Amino acid sequence: MAMNPPDDLDAVDYIQVTRDSYSSLGYAEYRWADNRAEPAAFVAPTKPLSESKVVLVASGGVYRVGDIGFTHKDDLTHREIPTDAPTDELRVTHFAYDQTSAKADINAVFPIDALHTMADVGEIGSLADVSLTFMGGIYSQRRLGESLIPALVDRVRELDADLALLVPV
Amino acid sequence: MCHQSIGLIARALEAAGITTTSISSAWSITQSANPPRAVFTDFPLGNTAGPPNAPEVQLDIARQALELTDTATQPGTIRPTGHQWPEPWKDEARELVDHRTPRMDTPQYERESDMVAAIERHGEALACEACS
Repeated sequence: MAMNPPDDLDAVDYIQVTRDSYSSLGYAEYRWADNRAEPAAFVAPTKPLSESKVVLVASGGVYRVGDIGFTHKDDLTHREIPTDAPTDELRVTHFAYDQTSAKADINAVFPIDALHTMADVGEIGSLADVSLTFMGGIYSQRRLGESLIPALVDRVRELDADLALLVPV
Repeated sequence: MCHQSIGLIARALEAAGITTTSISSAWSITQSANPPRAVFTDFPLGNTAGPPNAPEVQLDIARQALELTDTATQPGTIRPTGHQWPEPWKDEARELVDHRTPRMDTPQYERESDMVAAIERHGEALACEACS
């Protein structure tokens, strides 16, 4: 079961905010993916964290200087950021979120320094050779499923990662 | 939308046999897309993994997310991290304002110099469709 937020959290309901916002602007309602009645697959880790290889997958439109930037219209490509790339060479481009924090510190949307720290002290086994990034503001769930998702699944397999840490924005 | 894409990718990875964990700052979208596991950071969008230049908070969030692979017992688990944003922000997040910029269908860059670097490496046709 997908859990409801605890009442005392007062979590912002972005589905409702988007619905009300689109409606007030006269836009058609967006049909969000609704898998609440369909539990995800659930794979228990095969190794302890301290022996696991972790791959970071992030949707905030992160690229490295020299990479081609993302388009903002259902871009279905991804970029591969070498795990040892200096963070001052990482940039963001996106149409939907406030990038002030990400531009000040890419770790706000791409927690690579935290993962390096965990690898250095042995809390995780290692990091995959690259992180996988894309511009996640993709409206078409069909095209996402036909193109980007299979590409990312293939790459995570090829990278031989035991665990994927996914970070949306 | 990003939270939806990530939720669907997590489901696909897990279906392919790879254990996943996520961080989310949009509970309702994550609940609806329904990935196997997520920790919840109750922050303004744009800070999912922690506030900028706060390495200890970022580390704790990443650690909680990864530890969830050990402690979650059922799919659909969403667990608050307990971290709070230092200032009030939710009233603004609930305002019905469309903050999106126009969705350009050519490659976009944070800085002009990034475009120059991309053109140098990949050529103008790929790196800057709008240039020619």
